[in-house]
Amino acid sequence: MIEWAVITENLPEYAAGLWLTLQLTVISLAAGLLLAIPLAVLRTSGAAFVSRGVWAYTYFFRGTPMLVQLLLVYYGLGQFEWVQARWAEGNSLWLVFRDPYGCALVTFALNTCAYTTEILAGALRATPHGEIEAAQACGMSRLTMIRRILVPGALRRALPAYSNEAIFMLHGTAIASTITLVDLTGAARNAYSQHFAPFEAFIFAGLIYMCVTFALVGLFRLAERRWLGHLQARKSRQARA
Amino acid sequence: MLHGYLPSLLDGAWLTLQVAVLSLALALLLGLAGASAKLSRIALFRAPALAYTTIVRGIPDLVMMLLVFYGGQIGINEMTDRLGWGYVDVNPFAAGVATLGFIFGAYFTETFRGAFLAVPAGQLEAGYAYGMSRWQVFSRILFPQMLRHALPGLGNNWQVMQKSTALVSIIGLSDLTWLADQAGRSTHQPFVFYAVVCAFYLAMTAASGILFRGLERRYSVGIRRVAA
Repeated sequence: MIEWAVITENLPEYAAGLWLTLQLTVISLAAGLLLAIPLAVLRTSGAAFVSRGVWAYTYFFRGTPMLVQLLLVYYGLGQFEWVQARWAEGNSLWLVFRDPYGCALVTFALNTCAYTTEILAGALRATPHGEIEAAQACGMSRLTMIRRILVPGALRRALPAYSNEAIFMLHGTAIASTITLVDLTGAARNAYSQHFAPFEAFIFAGLIYMCVTFALVGLFRLAERRWLGHLQARKSRQARA
Repeated sequence: MLHGYLPSLLDGAWLTLQVAVLSLALALLLGLAGASAKLSRIALFRAPALAYTTIVRGIPDLVMMLLVFYGGQIGINEMTDRLGWGYVDVNPFAAGVATLGFIFGAYFTETFRGAFLAVPAGQLEAGYAYGMSRWQVFSRILFPQMLRHALPGLGNNWQVMQKSTALVSIIGLSDLTWLADQAGRSTHQPFVFYAVVCAFYLAMTAASGILFRGLERRYSVGIRRVAA
């Protein structure tokens, strides 16, 4: 019943697709997180117009589908003559937006950054007031307090919510296959169109996604044990025995 | 306006709304059934529900949609062949609604499960002690309070779900995103048309945000909030 050839013949393409999926996920998550830290600080403690500006950015990216954002960047930007002129003169910054890989990375990073900013902003707002008072009593400057007290604490508290965001991002990268990229989903779509065997092609890709998802969940569990260990229930001696 | 594409875009928006609302209804039903199965005392019900939520939440929605759309066609062909019926075309609308409902049913299952558990067991016992039937306890005590606990989670899932409706354009449904794509190609103004799609989704998610805040207020009447 199962046509194994669909999988075995396309195994190299599946492997290359998985590699691209992992790249897109890890790079956009890393870039998004780095950018989200300063944005979250501005969102919570900046002046009202700065906070509003960050809010407008996150509101747009959280309120529209990532697929439409990707199409807007990849197909949409080419509409402008000004952008076409930059492409013609070989401006390397703007050439990123002609390349599907560049467009996918930029869109995914901006998208996850918006969600991560709001997660971190929530965690920053939950900073116990005593910690801030203690930092001030120690004579820390505002910047030192943000660097040593606010951000590290918020990163810890944000960990459980952030693990969901990371999984959403892994699954979200599947839409890269709509702008000609051959990621894991793209490889499955190619395998399908060669053999017209949807079950083999898509279930195999689904299983790989599941394995990666479980690996991510496991990694985040380890991270929580490392950084949120003080919140976990201690095992009693009887339970261990 | 919009080079005469406005009526077509409005049709697409209407279709997108239909997909969103119908799949929400399906997901709510599946979620309630899934949560009941997960909380059941019978292991035969618990196991499939666990498999359902684990598998669905481990696979991207796009992959699932492609599987249901292309796989469903072959599955139905085989079934109709065996029954001796004619060829049945799987329509992308049904495939889209079924997949979105199936996927988000798994997320709703978890939301409902947590909410059912949050209702104190003593209240249910008190209901039985008053001589209420199982149905009365469910409809008067368990369900209304469960809904209060579930609403924030349902609201979040619904926001994610609305945005996932854009994926149906990939399986060839003429929803808003697909029509905007076509219009953008023929007028050479893709940015303008995708921006219109963004505006529509922003309006839809903003409106649902307001609706859910209203519902949450309605269902937490009499609950004292801890001052933040």
